[in-house]
Amino acid sequence: MTDFLQILLVGIGDGAVYAMLGLGLVVIYRSTGLLNFAQGEMAMFSTFIVWTMWSLGLPMWLAILGGMAGGFCVGALVHQVAVRPVGDPHEKPLAVVIVTIGLFLGVNGAAQLIWGTLDRSMPPLFGRGQVTVFGVAVAWQKIGAVIVLGVMVLLFYLLFQHTKLGLAMRAVASNSESASLVGIPVPRLLMLGWGLAAAVGTVAGVFIAPNLGLGTNLMQLTLIFGFAAITLGGFDSLVGAVVGGFVVGALSSVMPRYITIFEKMPLAPAFILILAVLLFRPEGLFGKKQVTRV
Amino acid sequence: MSSAGNGLSSAGDGVSSAGHLLEVTTLGAGYGIVEVLFGVDLVVDPGEVVVVLGANGAGKTTTLRAISGMIAATGQVKFLGESVLGRRPDQLVKRGMAHVPQGRGTVTSLTVEENLRIGAFVRSDEQVESDIEQWFEAFPRLGERRDQLAGSMSGGEQQMLAIARALMSRPKLLLLDEPSLGLAPLVTHEVFDRLREISTSTGTAVLLVEQNANLALEFAARAYVLEAGRIVISGNAADLQGDAAIQKAYLGV
Repeated sequence: MTDFLQILLVGIGDGAVYAMLGLGLVVIYRSTGLLNFAQGEMAMFSTFIVWTMWSLGLPMWLAILGGMAGGFCVGALVHQVAVRPVGDPHEKPLAVVIVTIGLFLGVNGAAQLIWGTLDRSMPPLFGRGQVTVFGVAVAWQKIGAVIVLGVMVLLFYLLFQHTKLGLAMRAVASNSESASLVGIPVPRLLMLGWGLAAAVGTVAGVFIAPNLGLGTNLMQLTLIFGFAAITLGGFDSLVGAVVGGFVVGALSSVMPRYITIFEKMPLAPAFILILAVLLFRPEGLFGKKQVTRV
Repeated sequence: MSSAGNGLSSAGDGVSSAGHLLEVTTLGAGYGIVEVLFGVDLVVDPGEVVVVLGANGAGKTTTLRAISGMIAATGQVKFLGESVLGRRPDQLVKRGMAHVPQGRGTVTSLTVEENLRIGAFVRSDEQVESDIEQWFEAFPRLGERRDQLAGSMSGGEQQMLAIARALMSRPKLLLLDEPSLGLAPLVTHEVFDRLREISTSTGTAVLLVEQNANLALEFAARAYVLEAGRIVISGNAADLQGDAAIQKAYLGV
């Protein structure tokens, strides 16, 4: 039992990070109506910015803020340079999604050019200590991840549900033509959405890098877990990303332990989950069913 | 809505010397290589209700879209005396022009109340909340459904919502694209009745495009008839209504 709890808690700690990445995906989806396949690579890029500032001697928290600001700029720039010229995601969803796949490769290449292909090491934000609860050891880093995730969800909830700006972002994501006709400067809000999502990704990267080592492939597996998380939770739901992240983390940690075929296929539980959700509940656990009357 | 709009009393500020709120000259527009408009001229005065009539494909929707900046256009569009051609729609909303597109164009995934609130995006005054409440009083059916998603409402209710949302920006000019489309005749009548009340009480000018000539001519003071991208007739709505030849030739009555 203790063994199971231990594995479960490790999984939930991992899940908090998947949820953070999922959160970035949800933010972009809710502000632009788009699934961004470059989300992971943008997060990797801004995590390198954090690493650079940290290795230049800045305190970690300052480096993270700097990385988030840098990530925001990268996200905003990516939107202005690569996404906006292609067109409105509502009119050409496929074209824009393919652009994000191209961005995936482009941002990855740019990071390799700047920082090389060697893995860098980054210290865990909450140290390497752990605390024992009911005979189960839990790393502070994992507890920290859950707390930071909670704060992020709260902030985004307040932004989307209780501010004029957040309402405008949701209007743009849902119907950009209508949004423009009530006076919302659509291009500026799309840029903001991309920037915010990239800034969120930075935090996910900062939590993953100490575990996996900071390399240009930092996010490639993690992004799949992030997608699994929001597929389960619902593309437009912040809470869904969190619950989805925890479930995906727990499953990916527990299943390989008890079912031997998953040992060699760590991604399989996530894929099975994505398939099952798309088959039986395509809108996810917390997602809004699209209701439209013609 | 007494404090809203009042295009009549504010006619002095920024309006061109001729006093027109909107002045459209030789407006040309189209989609890609397909030209739809070939030099449309029309004016709307402050507080005036004007209708543009025409058959399907005459260019009614294109005219509105060109005026509000949704599509590229040539010629000249003066709003409040200022040339606004080439401006984005959101910049025109700030200047006091609101456009309710065809097919209603509410944000279906926002609630009714959120739709109204977003309509006031360009405003930063304190009366937004009380305006929302006023709309709920004016349209009780919207009030009952304030927390419901806009997409779940009937066509007539969505049309009311779209109009109310546009008026939340307190425009001086409301562009309205075929509000009768897809609505039952009774509902259409209700929409027009409400619209007349609102326009009269707030002094908001309305530029309406419609296929339903009889109804629109009752509602409007002046009318233009658009045919194949050109204005072929203009005059008082009452005169057009009484002219059997015109009715027969252009309005299919």
